[in-house]
Amino acid sequence: MALSVDPGVWLAAFLTLCIFSFLYKDNLFYRIAEHLVVGVSAGYWLVILIRQTLVPYFVIPLFRERNWNVIPGPLGLFLLVIAAFLGILIFTRFSTRYSWLARIPIAIIWGIGAGFVIPLSLQTKVIRQLQASIIDLKTVGTWDGFNSLLVVIGVLSGLTYFFFSKAHKGAVGSVAKVGIWTLMIGFGATFGFTAMARISLLIGRMDFLLRDWLGIIK
Amino acid sequence: MRGFLAKVSQLDRRVIFLLMAVAVIIPLLFPAKLSVKVTPESKKVFDLVESLQPGDLFLLDMDYGPDTMAELEPMTYAIMRHAHRRGARLICMCLAATGVSLIESEIRTVAEERGMEYGRDYGYLGYRPYPAAVILSMGQDIRQSFPIDYYGTRLDSLPIFRNVKNYRDFKFVLSVNATSGVDAWIMYGKERYNFPLAIGVTAVMAADYYNYLQSGQIVGILGGLKGAAEYETLLGEGERATIWMNIQSICHLLIVVLIIIGNIAFMAGKKDQS
Amino acid sequence: MKKQLPVFLTFICAFLLTVQYFVPHRSFEQIYEVSNIWLQIIGVFSIFLGITSLVTMHVRKIRHRQRQWQYSFITLGGLFAMVAAGLIPALEQRGSYEWLYDHILNPISATMFSLLAFFIASAAFRAFRARSAIATILLLAAVFVMLGRVPLGDRMSHGLFPAIADWLLNVPNVAAKRAILIGVGLGEASMALRVMLGIERSYMAGE
Repeated sequence: MALSVDPGVWLAAFLTLCIFSFLYKDNLFYRIAEHLVVGVSAGYWLVILIRQTLVPYFVIPLFRERNWNVIPGPLGLFLLVIAAFLGILIFTRFSTRYSWLARIPIAIIWGIGAGFVIPLSLQTKVIRQLQASIIDLKTVGTWDGFNSLLVVIGVLSGLTYFFFSKAHKGAVGSVAKVGIWTLMIGFGATFGFTAMARISLLIGRMDFLLRDWLGIIK
Repeated sequence: MRGFLAKVSQLDRRVIFLLMAVAVIIPLLFPAKLSVKVTPESKKVFDLVESLQPGDLFLLDMDYGPDTMAELEPMTYAIMRHAHRRGARLICMCLAATGVSLIESEIRTVAEERGMEYGRDYGYLGYRPYPAAVILSMGQDIRQSFPIDYYGTRLDSLPIFRNVKNYRDFKFVLSVNATSGVDAWIMYGKERYNFPLAIGVTAVMAADYYNYLQSGQIVGILGGLKGAAEYETLLGEGERATIWMNIQSICHLLIVVLIIIGNIAFMAGKKDQS
Repeated sequence: MKKQLPVFLTFICAFLLTVQYFVPHRSFEQIYEVSNIWLQIIGVFSIFLGITSLVTMHVRKIRHRQRQWQYSFITLGGLFAMVAAGLIPALEQRGSYEWLYDHILNPISATMFSLLAFFIASAAFRAFRARSAIATILLLAAVFVMLGRVPLGDRMSHGLFPAIADWLLNVPNVAAKRAILIGVGLGEASMALRVMLGIERSYMAGE
């Protein structure tokens, strides 16, 4: 392996070093790279949206096939045009006089989102999690049974800690204390994993500099 | 000693930055390959892919961009190589806007390496915004959100998509994810349409999904680079994540040493004050 | 009209989509399918709105010579270069769009997140203190997970650190995250109910 001769790799290496220069102190090169990535990301997203949403959702059904595969026939096309119209209404936010019209599509998004969330959130995050906390009687007296019991105690005490309608004093206070210990172990585990994640990303960048750019490692 | 500890506690943070850089660069230059212990949660993901028979189809969702590529790319490569080894077919998709091109190049890399043919052995649906809505609509018919693939070809004109309607036509769904889209896969996908779901997530996210594993809502978890290294170990091929895990070892050790020194200095300072 | 219509629409949409979950009738299924796509289509326009806002903000910054206005040229330049590379066929066919992605967007965003490794090391040294019993518990859990998940920790402890890390992740961590998740689930559902009933109206910009 040798030093790269690809101008693209040199540009990428230069920008990587621009960002790393922030570790010394905030500087011109870091700010240039920082502002550049904002613009490039927005531009990239815009192109992706045009290619990956406007074409399949509008160009194909309205102009090429004159049929929408979700609801075939004129009703489908009408519903598609309505959706586009509602989408365009969002831009009325730029007008002082008609900005209230932007609330209509936002209200619809919120309504649809809320309708999806109510049953599925309760099922996924409450019912299924409570079901999983029921101890299997076959495991009583075993290591697994003991761990299941600890999970139940941890969940109940954790929930008690989040219950603020009663002062955390006496028995409630003691249970809440167990809850905060449990939560701290959970947060500690998350911290350990966070360190791990960020280091992986650093290794990735160093690998790029040493392998792809400088050609020091094979 | 006290004076030394006081000085240590005032250490310029740039010295720590330098130590961190050295802890990454030195083992990168002189790589070691200590074996990685395989955890049950990773083994379950491997077993799921291992259970595929020739011709079986699964959905590989890859929702990440360049910011988390270092962690998740080795995982994706290992899974795709494994699927190819099993003779399985896969349909890929991406619900993270900044990852669309990256995912396409990763898929193409493995496909070229293994001689996989587009439209027959694998397909790429591309990107759509709003993961929850996309996941829900795919449960009805994948054509509702994806009438065309990433390259603009109608799905029905490619053999791999021809007999696929919704999640029932996949053996399972595997989501390699660095976004909150993984919650959407569990809530709007698995819970609504009830299919086997396995996940590969960044290490930052991993600790949050063990409760879904214990409740049976997901089949297994690959957590960050460690998960990828475990998968490589089980697969017996690929070594990038495994080598990187050894660099990770040195860095973790450095952080633990820094925590210990920081605490000793803190306690000495406290003693002085009292 | 300006207030009641959005509240009414929110209620109707939320009500119909909650009911459809329990009523497996074809008409409800169609409402559900159309809603999914409507959500994506309207959502796309809101992203376009966001990008338009970004452009207008930077144009305003340049026009009024606000603080660090010079950098706005770089942001706008990057944006238009990417759009041109992606939408002008001659540039697109030459692979300019992918080139900009691979050599500008990719390295900057990957490096930005990797910076956090340095700050985590610094924070571990400066702020991760065993000041109290609960801080010590947090610290020990983090240390065991960090050492238990890497090969060196396994070698150093003859498998003890990985065993402790696995237990921490599968038992107390599951309990902690489950307690949080149940709270989140109840919170989400009650917030959605507030939206449906028109109690929560923050989307109306304070009205």
